[in-house]
Amino acid sequence: MPAKSAPEERSAWIMLALAVIGYPAYLILLFNGAGAAGRPLAELPFAWPMIWTVLGSIGASIVLHAVFRVYTDLESNKRDERDRLIGRFADRTGQAFVIAGALGGLALAMLAAAPFWIANAIFLGFFCSAILGSIAKIAAYRGAFSRAW
Amino acid sequence: MVRPTAVTNSIRALREAAGLTQAELAGRIDVTRQTLIAVEQGRYSPSLETAFRIARALGVRLDEVFQYPEA
Repeated sequence: MPAKSAPEERSAWIMLALAVIGYPAYLILLFNGAGAAGRPLAELPFAWPMIWTVLGSIGASIVLHAVFRVYTDLESNKRDERDRLIGRFADRTGQAFVIAGALGGLALAMLAAAPFWIANAIFLGFFCSAILGSIAKIAAYRGAFSRAW
Repeated sequence: MVRPTAVTNSIRALREAAGLTQAELAGRIDVTRQTLIAVEQGRYSPSLETAFRIARALGVRLDEVFQYPEA
């Protein structure tokens, strides 16, 4: 992460790191959680592993943002028109996976799949959205960005 | 690197002629230093308002700062 990067770019690096670490962490909690041993995949208790992953990500995000805020000067914490434009572009890009996850969940519900699969399709969509959105944001900051995109 | 715009600019030369650092000019036009660097390098086209503020801060006309090639 470049030391002189925009605060929003640093935020994107934090989001990317948390998403990349968060999903494997969820899988570890899922497969090693209480009552997981010996059960078929679709019957694994997934609710608490998901809740802990989300709470852990939010907590880690707050701590990491606070740490970076302390170690950067106030000027570099300012947002301007380019930050807002890139933010909107990254959100739009990431939303593709939220929609894909929702459609996947909808299709699985129509097929009367187990709640495990429906929840996991939507959950995976969130993580893919965070990863794609963060990569889009970092790419826009590092390379060229046009307001026409 | 793909340039997002056909617009070119003379900000760096004008800024240096005015004896301003990137941080000073960025402060005067109310954008971050990262954004000013992106504009100078042609990686970002600023809004019309910001373009006017840049020209005003450098004490020149808008078309002396930004150029758009003839079709």
